[in-house]
Amino acid sequence: MIVTLTDQPFEPGVLVSAFCAGREETGAVATFIGLARAEQGAARALELEAYPGFTDAAITEIAQGAVTRFALQDVHIVHRVGVITPGEAIVFVATAAAHRREAFEACDYLMDYLKSRAPFWKKEHGPEGPRWIEPTARDRTDAQRWDQEA
Amino acid sequence: MARVLLFGRLADQAGWREREIEAADLSTLRASLSQADPVLGEALAGPGVQVAVDKTIVRGEAALSAASEVAFLPPMSGG
Repeated sequence: MIVTLTDQPFEPGVLVSAFCAGREETGAVATFIGLARAEQGAARALELEAYPGFTDAAITEIAQGAVTRFALQDVHIVHRVGVITPGEAIVFVATAAAHRREAFEACDYLMDYLKSRAPFWKKEHGPEGPRWIEPTARDRTDAQRWDQEA
Repeated sequence: MARVLLFGRLADQAGWREREIEAADLSTLRASLSQADPVLGEALAGPGVQVAVDKTIVRGEAALSAASEVAFLPPMSGG
């Protein structure tokens, strides 16, 4: 399992190829790539702040939970920090399992967690200046559905 | 001297992100921060602001050593 925070742009395809390499007992790899949206000009850039050593530990803990919950063979999470411009990848999640259902569900679960509960602080730089963003109601309810199913 | 870290809007509001402050425990640290900047002191005690000592969330009081790292964490945005 790998959890990485990086302030550098990354190439998702390279990560997918590396994650799939050398797996003889994995039947399914699911991936999710989140990109920064321009919001029709409202967002010139996103700035994500993390607490090194705290943010990555929190994400590692939830990833370990996903491994147990969905019987995963492996997880790779890469999350950007710092300034991200529209079109750039913000987050990469890959899950490996024996069968597809577990791989899909774990990917969905991890993204719901990352969008709502991961310790990041997000600032949007728009035409009217910067503003701090909190999780949307949708992000919260998406994460809550896993609590109910647990 | 505890190492104090501010994140998100708290750092913007205070105008600093990191500072060394002498304090034996969290309440002394809060009092010292409030005295220097009452608006920040109020924000640090505001709803949803969590405190981590040495990267572990604490609720209530905690003793601090010279090597302690205290982080004030406003409500998290998610990624």
